[in-house]
Amino acid sequence: MANLTINGKTFTLDVEPDTPLLWAIRENAGLTGTKYGCGIAQCGACTVHMDGVAIRSCGISVSEAEGKKITTIEGLASGDALHKVQKAWIAQDVPQCGYCQSGMIMAVAALLAEKPKPTDADIDEAITNICRCGTFQQVREAIHTIASA
Amino acid sequence: MNKHVSPKMNRRAFVIGTAAVGAGLAIGLDLPFGGPAVVRAADGSPEVNAWVVVRPDDTVVIRIARSEMGQGSLTGLAQLVAEELECDWSKVTTEYPTPGQSVARKRVWGDFSTGGSRGIRSSQDYVRKGGATARVMLIEAAANEWKVPASECTVAKGVITHKASGKTTTYGKVAEAAAKLTPPADVKLKDPKDWTIAGKGLLRLDTADKTTGTMIYGIDVKLPGMLNAAIKDCPVFGGKLKSYDEAKITGMKGVKKVVKVGDTAVAVVADTWWHAKSALEALPIVWDEGENAKVTSESIAKWLAEGLDDSQPAYVGNKNGDVKAAIAGAAKKVEAVYNYPYQNHATMEPMNATALYTVDKCEVWCGTQNGEAAFAATLEASGLPAEKCDVHKVMPGGGFGRRGQTDYVRQAVMIAKQMPGTPIKLLWSREEDMAHGRYHPITQCKMTGAFDANNNLVALHYRLSGQSILFSLRPEALQNGMDPAAFQGVAQSGEAAFGYSVPNLLVEHAMRNPHVPPGFWRGVNVNHNAIYMECFMDELAQAAGQDPLEFRRKLMRNHPKHLAVLNAVAEKIGWDKPAPLGVYRGIAQVMGYGSYVAGAAEISVTDGNKIKVHRIVASTDPGYVVNPAQVERQIAGSFVYGLSALFYGGCTVKDGKIEQTNFDTYNSMRINEMPKVESVMVPSGGFWGGVGEPTIGVAAPAVLNAYFAATGKRIRSVPLRDQNITFA
Repeated sequence: MANLTINGKTFTLDVEPDTPLLWAIRENAGLTGTKYGCGIAQCGACTVHMDGVAIRSCGISVSEAEGKKITTIEGLASGDALHKVQKAWIAQDVPQCGYCQSGMIMAVAALLAEKPKPTDADIDEAITNICRCGTFQQVREAIHTIASA
Repeated sequence: MNKHVSPKMNRRAFVIGTAAVGAGLAIGLDLPFGGPAVVRAADGSPEVNAWVVVRPDDTVVIRIARSEMGQGSLTGLAQLVAEELECDWSKVTTEYPTPGQSVARKRVWGDFSTGGSRGIRSSQDYVRKGGATARVMLIEAAANEWKVPASECTVAKGVITHKASGKTTTYGKVAEAAAKLTPPADVKLKDPKDWTIAGKGLLRLDTADKTTGTMIYGIDVKLPGMLNAAIKDCPVFGGKLKSYDEAKITGMKGVKKVVKVGDTAVAVVADTWWHAKSALEALPIVWDEGENAKVTSESIAKWLAEGLDDSQPAYVGNKNGDVKAAIAGAAKKVEAVYNYPYQNHATMEPMNATALYTVDKCEVWCGTQNGEAAFAATLEASGLPAEKCDVHKVMPGGGFGRRGQTDYVRQAVMIAKQMPGTPIKLLWSREEDMAHGRYHPITQCKMTGAFDANNNLVALHYRLSGQSILFSLRPEALQNGMDPAAFQGVAQSGEAAFGYSVPNLLVEHAMRNPHVPPGFWRGVNVNHNAIYMECFMDELAQAAGQDPLEFRRKLMRNHPKHLAVLNAVAEKIGWDKPAPLGVYRGIAQVMGYGSYVAGAAEISVTDGNKIKVHRIVASTDPGYVVNPAQVERQIAGSFVYGLSALFYGGCTVKDGKIEQTNFDTYNSMRINEMPKVESVMVPSGGFWGGVGEPTIGVAAPAVLNAYFAATGKRIRSVPLRDQNITFA
């Protein structure tokens, strides 16, 4: 059993302590917005926030996440008000297939929380998620639009 | 080495497929109109026709048969229907009919297959007619109600007006009456120059859910009582499952059942996928790997290299003049051998499907590029007839050609059939996905060019050796053994025609089919053919002491559309002006999927092996552009996919298995490696070309030619990581 705080709610989940956080989020907490891409922390599709920091949830266990504040894509908006990254993503039509975008959005939201006006170099360093559709151009442009708002 | 292993032909699926094609000749127009019974959507709203449902609140539901997988066709097709329908775009929504519904209605929605960049171009005519037909009927219904001639009524944004009487109504109010009318025998489609909805870079219809985590992909499907399955198929293609020791995992948490899947695979079914996967990893499995376990990349390369020799048999795909005589009598000769490896599609979402089997029904939920093929696979694997099966398409996390295949659907049904009444979600691990791709085919190419004393190219011999996709996946499409698709981009005519005139030309293919299963990988055969041809064009230009652009232009005088996109790219990148200090340019062009494309890159190289791509310019002439914003994204995405394959890709074979297992050994470009792609769209009209794939052909050669300009070194082998060349 593990107690996890996800999107402000406490979940008591019947999972082994070494279960990757990703699978506890998806299968036990039932929040499927966070995606599985590689399972080895390479692609970033599973990116969530742990105490405000972007992490790859496939690479850490539930025992490491206990006592931390986990935010998933489902918890990014404040009630009905979408997060500025979500709004920009919609306004600029960033996603193609969209599968990597939950992770991409979480990574970008964490970057902007830390650096509200990131340079291209900041983006290059912080955003290392794989997108096989190739949305990078729209991702970069949307970040700059948010930063200049 | 078992050189001619081909996956067992799915005869039943093929018969269903061709029968369905025969029945679908009157696609979209062969409708049960005019009778007393109105066809209704699930919510009771009337169908004006198969493509258009109008709800009483004026919402227009446009049916889309082709699959959205990120490429934007869902929005583009809806734009085409809405354009002719003259409805209010802000009230448009879309839905997928199921393949089962389509078959039950004599395949009223036509082909579901979404590959070959055909999503829009091969259905644009009948979907536009679907929209136009519905518009005529809706107006007629209003005119009938008002007892005025339909010709006196006009429509804008779904509001019908009779000016003389001042009457107005909306589509939602007359849809019920319209659905009872006899459709017009013929409708006139708009001239694209008059488009107001199509042709515009409208926002996609499917974006919002992708930003909130609410879009349901195959991996997210949940059904009551559902269990999860993880699978391992014999890692050596063609091998079999020998045995497994179930006792070793009995009692592991969550494990419900261990099942054999056909002759080649074993799956663990558990409460969660994590439990299923963990137990599968602990399961001792013995494989009967068979003869193919002796195959390696080296043995394949050796076999393909033998095929480059003229003494070996080859199919001729394009020919004029007498190449051999011209080369023999030439003043100068240039020869080079190139190769291109296997590539995995590596869709972000690994293969998966959910199946529910009972004695009288089998349903599947999955992301697929071909709903009808998934349906045929469901029939075959379940053993149930068409009326007892259906497939529900959900959003795929990428396709790129991989999800046109149905191996994962078949597996899910085979597992579910062993647990009747329990929905089973089968998900492949990334490792399984890497091990069981349908790989970009492997080839080598020997090219010989010959010049006369004045440095005119007088002969070109293009000899390809390697794998045929059609041999493996669509043997019925072979022509006396020849794979016509092998010549994409170097063909004499058609939708992938060669863009150069050479007095003596010979293009041939020595077909050699290793045991690794090939598939349609974004760009398909255009990829390697464009790399080989466009890099060699640069070699020829160099040999002739001419500028690569000018050298091409001289050979392209009879190919004005090919030349136009090349010129557009040259102009945009400023080919006639020097590049910035330390920056070098490369250029390439090709025709594929009915479209003409060209690309140019500006790069710098540090230490001879670190490449920084500063600028990419791309031009495309697809005839018509339905949504320029989405075309631009397909062009840019093609560069990311093509350059990822060039720099980081390549699947190698050892002991009959694919060696790469995940993104750590099969990497993909990140944002820091990718510059902005500047697209120049030059639609010339009069034809409909595809946009999802053609551009990938020019991505790698543009960069490779720039690399030569920077270093004087030719790269003739992919991927670059094998040559210790990477991004700066």
